Amino acid sequence: MIEFVQNVRLWFAPEQVREEGDTPDYRFSLANERTFLAWMRTALALIGGGFAVDQFLPDLRWGWRVGLALALLAAGVLCSLRAVNHWMLCERAMRRGEDLPASRFPALLGVVVAVVAVAMVVVVLVGWEG
Amino acid sequence: MSGEALSARDPGLQPERTRLAWRRTTLASTVTAVLAGKTALHGGPSSFGIVACALCSGLWLAFLALAHHRIRALAATASPAPLAPRHATSVVLCAIATAVCALALVV
Repeated sequence: MIEFVQNVRLWFAPEQVREEGDTPDYRFSLANERTFLAWMRTALALIGGGFAVDQFLPDLRWGWRVGLALALLAAGVLCSLRAVNHWMLCERAMRRGEDLPASRFPALLGVVVAVVAVAMVVVVLVGWEG
Repeated sequence: MSGEALSARDPGLQPERTRLAWRRTTLASTVTAVLAGKTALHGGPSSFGIVACALCSGLWLAFLALAHHRIRALAATASPAPLAPRHATSVVLCAIATAVCALALVV
């Protein structure tokens, strides 16, 4: 957690990242940027999913509808925060010539999306009956 | 190898692929903005709905401006500079602000 707060300061300080190590081949930086953008698209899709649950499942009870929408929105926010953090860590690792950071976030996100999807199927079925 | 490759066109088309990645991301943000507008103005326009809709549209425009800025930077030189951390953070803040708008609209 403390490490995360220190990283947050680096998000806003390009000079600090650029002081370390050597500038990598621009193609590696661009590949890192595309990975960041792919994660941003995932985050935007999750946020859009939050809106969509609210709009396209109007017959659900309020609690379920809001709960599912909040789960998707929270996943979107986490995903976008993680996107910039991981991008910055990768950029720094490349400058220092270290291994790229390992992450359990993709597995975590996969599990969360699966749980929300199963919950949505159950809730829609139960919601139609009730 | 990199010395000669930098002067010539990159055979891997890295800047072009990055430009298209930005385009795809603006497309995703457009879909989110349209859904936000639909949610905000659902059930007739209210003053809160109009404010939320304006806010989401503003965030979408900010996102487009950031993407456009980066796309122009990518097109300007053969070996573009890496993305600035502030630029990446601004993109993330746009997404989070949209999520906060969604939170206010949904609850």
